[in-house]
Amino acid sequence: MQQLLDILSGLHPEVDFETTEDLIDDGILDSLDIVSIVSSVYSEFDVTIPPEEIIPENFNSAVALMELITRLDEE
Amino acid sequence: MSFTSYTFIAFLGVMLLAYFLTYGKRQWITLLVGSYIFYAFAGLDCLAFILITTLSSYLVSRLLGRAIGRERAFLEANKETLDKAQRKEYKARSKKKRFRILLCGLFFNFGILAVLKYSAFAVRNVNSIIGLFGGKGFDVPSLLLPLGISFYTFQTMGYLIDVYRGKVAPERNIAKLALFVSFFPQLVQGPISLYSELAPSLYEPHKFDLKKFSFGMQRVIWGYFKKLVIADRVLIAMNTMLDAPEQYGGAYVLLLIVLYSVQIYADFTGGIDITIGIAESMGIKLAENFDRPFSSRSTKEYWRRWHITMGRWFREYIFVPIATVKPMLKLNNFCKNRIGVKAASKVVAYTASIVTWFVTGIWHGAAWNFIVWGLLNCLIIMVSESLEPLYKKFHARFPKLAGNRFYGGFCATRTFLLMGLIRSLDCYRNVATTFRMWGSMLTFRGIGEILGGGILRLGLDLTDIVIILCGIAVMYAVSKISAKTDVRESLYERPVLSAILTCALLICVIMIGNYGIGYDASQFIYDQF
Amino acid sequence: MKKRIIILVCSALIVILLLGLLQALVVPKYTDNTEGLLIGEYYGETGENDVIMVGDCEVYESFVPAVLYEKYGITSYIRGSAQQLVWQSYYLLEETFRYETPKAVVFNVYALKYGEPQDEAYNRMTLDGMKWSGAKYDAIKASMTEGENMLDYAMPLLRFHSRITELNSDDFKYMFNDKKVSHSGYLMKKGVVPMREEAESGRALLDYTLPETAMEYLDKMRQLCEENDAELILVKAPTNTWGFWWYDEWDAQVSEYAENNGLAYYNFIKCRDEIGIDFATDTYDEGMHLNVYGAEKLTEYFGNILVSDHGLGDATHSQDVLDRWQANIDAYYKERNS
Repeated sequence: MQQLLDILSGLHPEVDFETTEDLIDDGILDSLDIVSIVSSVYSEFDVTIPPEEIIPENFNSAVALMELITRLDEE
Repeated sequence: MSFTSYTFIAFLGVMLLAYFLTYGKRQWITLLVGSYIFYAFAGLDCLAFILITTLSSYLVSRLLGRAIGRERAFLEANKETLDKAQRKEYKARSKKKRFRILLCGLFFNFGILAVLKYSAFAVRNVNSIIGLFGGKGFDVPSLLLPLGISFYTFQTMGYLIDVYRGKVAPERNIAKLALFVSFFPQLVQGPISLYSELAPSLYEPHKFDLKKFSFGMQRVIWGYFKKLVIADRVLIAMNTMLDAPEQYGGAYVLLLIVLYSVQIYADFTGGIDITIGIAESMGIKLAENFDRPFSSRSTKEYWRRWHITMGRWFREYIFVPIATVKPMLKLNNFCKNRIGVKAASKVVAYTASIVTWFVTGIWHGAAWNFIVWGLLNCLIIMVSESLEPLYKKFHARFPKLAGNRFYGGFCATRTFLLMGLIRSLDCYRNVATTFRMWGSMLTFRGIGEILGGGILRLGLDLTDIVIILCGIAVMYAVSKISAKTDVRESLYERPVLSAILTCALLICVIMIGNYGIGYDASQFIYDQF
Repeated sequence: MKKRIIILVCSALIVILLLGLLQALVVPKYTDNTEGLLIGEYYGETGENDVIMVGDCEVYESFVPAVLYEKYGITSYIRGSAQQLVWQSYYLLEETFRYETPKAVVFNVYALKYGEPQDEAYNRMTLDGMKWSGAKYDAIKASMTEGENMLDYAMPLLRFHSRITELNSDDFKYMFNDKKVSHSGYLMKKGVVPMREEAESGRALLDYTLPETAMEYLDKMRQLCEENDAELILVKAPTNTWGFWWYDEWDAQVSEYAENNGLAYYNFIKCRDEIGIDFATDTYDEGMHLNVYGAEKLTEYFGNILVSDHGLGDATHSQDVLDRWQANIDAYYKERNS
């Protein structure tokens, strides 16, 4: 989780990713950020997020994103 | 059968009646038969193409479904014996296999589209290159372009990709799939529906529901109002200007841009209103395609609110896959260490954007003007994204501005004009002419002429202009109100008022709609025989 | 729910009513170009007409029923309109036979030159005046030009809706009652614009055969008259100008047809002198049509033929009809001498 938070803070140091839950809906993360996150997740977790998982629900909070990564890794 | 033909209205009447009379489990068959009759009006050869797409997609989706089923069964059966790495390896391998099946389906169907829609364009371009070297070139093929092929192909390919991704289960009944491909209200101009959102409501039975039916019909009439009263009237003035573009430079270009914005808005949203309204009256819900697009404050926002289902298609099936494909992820990570995180994502996202917008452009039509139009949209979005830090600084200095109504209006107007400007490419249908006309705008020539009566020499008289202005005012008011509340829902509580408004709108369509031969008194003057 | 259904039904009725009124308002009233009213005026004078004349402007500008009655006691009505095509004449005749049984039908042959639908506006001027019947339906079907639609005839509102923005006082004045313009189908023109010079021929044609469709309808007209015991008489008005030439080749074909079928055919071009037509005084448009003075001369001449060669003029009529015709004569002279 810390690893993921580091990736996110790297993009937006001013945001508290542990508590914010509307990252997409509030427009904090834009498409550039998503592209960046997906590639970082790939390099750091060795998990490829498939296009169909790139939906707001999975990116709205760090927790949701972590859940996605774990699920994709476990499956 | 165009929406504005008597034949269509008659067809619709029969169709609705037949639909409700056949209420029951097999009601969807009525829709299928109706859709094929509708499509047969466009020509029997067109019917062959839609059948080929249906058949091939059915086949491919079933194969995909079987492959997914086998994968799941295998993983389930060997849950205990396989370790994580083996599982992953198996999954990657079978996904590759699945991908090959999908590719067959995509190549075949996009191939048909490409050959029919783009071969003439391609040959012409090849010829002009050959021409540079003095060659003769090939004959330009003239092929039949089946009605709505861009729309139904994209919708159906979206379905295939969704099956491949495991998002939806493949349809077992080919007739049901045929209906999804050919559902008549959306065949000609969309919206491009997702299988997951349309299919359930398409197949399930719908009893006649007075509320849904009247809501649907209200929306249909509203659509006809926008199309016949406003769009087709504005078109007259546009055509005058487009018949001799060189004569209408300067301020006329600006006028054209504004008129075309009004025209395409009224025409396209009107057409979609008719489509959604028809479906709604039968109890079928279609995705919205517009969300008050002209109030967008930026190009990016505009594209989330204009032709929404198309934007969604390109985003989900082109932009995202390209931006997140493995080589792109690697490229991103490679760049991150060298040019920084932000810049690295830009490299990836911009590449994907350019491809997406190129395809979007060419999807609109096989001509350079559409490609240039797509790429200009892309350019604007990329530039404004690059300037984002600057905007942020600016707004940090003037924090009150963002909430200011006038500033909002300014941004919306700017976006409206910018989008209108590049949209004029598909008015002139020629890149060089368009650029010349844009250049002529800088001369400001013609303002006096337009205001001094030039506007009345474009084929519209004063009454027409008053009607257009009133029409725009009505559209604006409806759009404003519907931002806050559902207009029809709130009218539903006041049935008499609702009936009066609907009847008035209908009578307006019939009386001041621009349809039919048109009355020219001079024709009726008896001259000689 | 019940309330909503009532509202729905009521609004449907109100819409229909309103559209009906609007239709009455926007259909052309033809107060200037009065040719559009000719066909509709017939329904006020049906019954006991000895002769029915059908054809294009060459009938309704050439024969004067009031004079025919005054001089020869022959009652007649002209069912002609601008550029009335052969099949339109045929279907008008079919309709007329449902109202009455004339002894003779006069058909002016000039329209035989057209074998295809010509002009939407003229179609409307001829067909809109007809009352609805199978004949009207068939006439429309045979006459529609490209882009026309039966529905536009069934609901003229759809055709003329755009006139809503250009209404004038006549549209309100004649909303429910048309202006009366003809004298039993004769449209009076009193002007005199002499013919400048006599034409010697018309424009050369590639093919001088009269169109097959036109001749077929002529034949149908003959059969229709036979079935109804009416004698079909073919005529050609005495006018003949460069733009509207009656070619000898056409004349020969009509003559042959008439002979083969035992019909009388009078080509009045050939007997202008006998009739006494003088194109210095008897035309209102340089010889293309006769004016009232020319038409009266022709009517007297033709009336004589009808009496002597076709045994007309001895019918007995009811008092109503006699009164009507007296009124017709009065009205005719009132306008002629005003």
